[in-house]
Amino acid sequence: MQERVLTGVGVGRGIVVGDVRRMPDPLPEPAQVNSTLGPDAELARATSALGETAQDLRERGAIAGGLAQEVLDALAMMADDQMLVSDVKNRIDRGATAERAVFDAFAGFAAILTMAGGYMAERAGDLGDVANRVIAKIMGVPAPGVPQSDVPFILVARDLAPADTALLNFDIVRALITTDGGPTSHTAILAREKGLPAIVGAKSAEVLVDGDLVLVDAAAGEIILHPSAVRIEAGLAEAEARKAARDSATGPGRLADGHEVQLLANVGSAKSAAAAVEAQAEGVGLFRTEFLFLDSDTAPSIAEQAEQYEAVFAQFPGKKVVVRVLDAGADKPLSFLTDAGEENPALGRRGIRALFAHEEILRDQLTAIAQAASKTQAHVWVMAPMIANAEETKKFVALCTELGISVSGAMIEIPSAALLADHILAEAAFVSIGTNDLTQYTVAADRLLGTVADLQDAWNPAVLKLIREVGRAGVATSKPVGVCGEAAADPQLAVVLIGLGVTSLSMSPVALGDVRAELGRYTLAEAQALAEKVLTARNAVEARAIVAGR
Amino acid sequence: MAERTATIQSAHGLHARPAALFVQAVNDSGFAVTIEKDGREFPAGSILGVISLAINQGDTVIIRGEGDGIDAVLDSLVVFLETDHDAA
Repeated sequence: MQERVLTGVGVGRGIVVGDVRRMPDPLPEPAQVNSTLGPDAELARATSALGETAQDLRERGAIAGGLAQEVLDALAMMADDQMLVSDVKNRIDRGATAERAVFDAFAGFAAILTMAGGYMAERAGDLGDVANRVIAKIMGVPAPGVPQSDVPFILVARDLAPADTALLNFDIVRALITTDGGPTSHTAILAREKGLPAIVGAKSAEVLVDGDLVLVDAAAGEIILHPSAVRIEAGLAEAEARKAARDSATGPGRLADGHEVQLLANVGSAKSAAAAVEAQAEGVGLFRTEFLFLDSDTAPSIAEQAEQYEAVFAQFPGKKVVVRVLDAGADKPLSFLTDAGEENPALGRRGIRALFAHEEILRDQLTAIAQAASKTQAHVWVMAPMIANAEETKKFVALCTELGISVSGAMIEIPSAALLADHILAEAAFVSIGTNDLTQYTVAADRLLGTVADLQDAWNPAVLKLIREVGRAGVATSKPVGVCGEAAADPQLAVVLIGLGVTSLSMSPVALGDVRAELGRYTLAEAQALAEKVLTARNAVEARAIVAGR
Repeated sequence: MAERTATIQSAHGLHARPAALFVQAVNDSGFAVTIEKDGREFPAGSILGVISLAINQGDTVIIRGEGDGIDAVLDSLVVFLETDHDAA
């Protein structure tokens, strides 16, 4: 068969050959029509589908074990919940079809949970997932969700939701291809985190069907449909060569001319800190502290916090650990900190704004960090999320100083902060650029919304020009400028960032090897020249092409 | 009809895992037990009912049931509710 090249945005550097399995499309909403089968037959259809779904979930849980089993068992309980079953029965008695009754009954409970907010609102999504499984069973169509398989495959989907990816088996799923979604989509973030090759936003991949043989080249952003034997051989040899380059690049990050670039890890718990140590991270560039607060109705005590922080700090003696204070709001609401009912929470009181409004929570956290830092040999720095200007920076730095933290800085995630980086750096000891939020605020496109995914790309020259402003301010003040967003984990973009004046890169540990290897191919002068060229691009596609064609 | 009053001890309230364990215990008992908070009463054997009540630490709930042996069941459920299941 003729080879055909399909293109999208590549994530990672891997090359993988395999068979395609498609994720079934979401089910349409069941029609609101009166039953023609009668209540008895409809009830039988509904109850057997509910029971079978619960049983399926429990069986899968038993196989998965651990945390996944707890999640699946909880979903199973929802599927055969007695209140739900009687609600379904009432609807069927009033003339509904089995699928519509199930759909409406689950939607009703989901609405109650959504109103309750917080942890329970998150469970509402689970209910929708269970409802879809039950409805698929009633209708006799494949259940939505990742296909079950014992042999490795390449997963093709419109886009993947967190619920889809929570149970992905990375021994079986070798690569991800999405037709929607962009470089900041959940799929791309997950792929980067797991070191899984992915091509996102590949519209032409809609032609792929189950069983198609494809070669996925993430670095090139290409999917080769029906690859020839020669192509496969060359691809696998290239994959070996890339792996060898990655494995031979060890130790601290440096460019070809010896210019040092600190390579740090993003961690979210003591457990992920261990992975960072293993990947030879030179420290932590982003320690997310939300894990301590999520699922909580109150902030944990100073002692509780200090214990958790110490567990992370202790793994990095003599190394830098940059702690981001609690970043709540927008997609990470916390009942005790963020305001419910903001029409536009991404533009609302989130990040440092929420902390300033509840200063006791910020004071407790800083106190706990200082306590934990004093017990370990780590060099602990602290930074504030969502800083907009120099005044907020000054206020945050003063609080840190008062509570015993000597190195404090600001995250650059808002375009105003990037443009005012010189004033912010006059107050702060360092800055760290969060490229995900900086991109969403620059292009005014929600980073989690698939319909505007094509705009959310850190390669956008508008974003890079803002980063250049920050880089210049860093050079002028001789203060560190880090990047801790997804952009740092893209090896080619990492080179551009260094060319723009960035001094350290922080990423999920699995990405460190590829970035380390790529940096070693450029001198500082070359990286700077490349960055200048990229800034002349009209859009992200052109920017990528400039680096690829170097 | 027997009833008991209990004050929730779990730090995160009767959400997530403690809720699932509680519902499991109710269903394992074989009795039809109800749970009431602030005048809203649902079957205690329904996970959706229990989490719909949004029961937090320190909240007081009333559990009810009837039949032979219900007293022992309600007593053990009270012990469950008044234990902190989020403590490690």
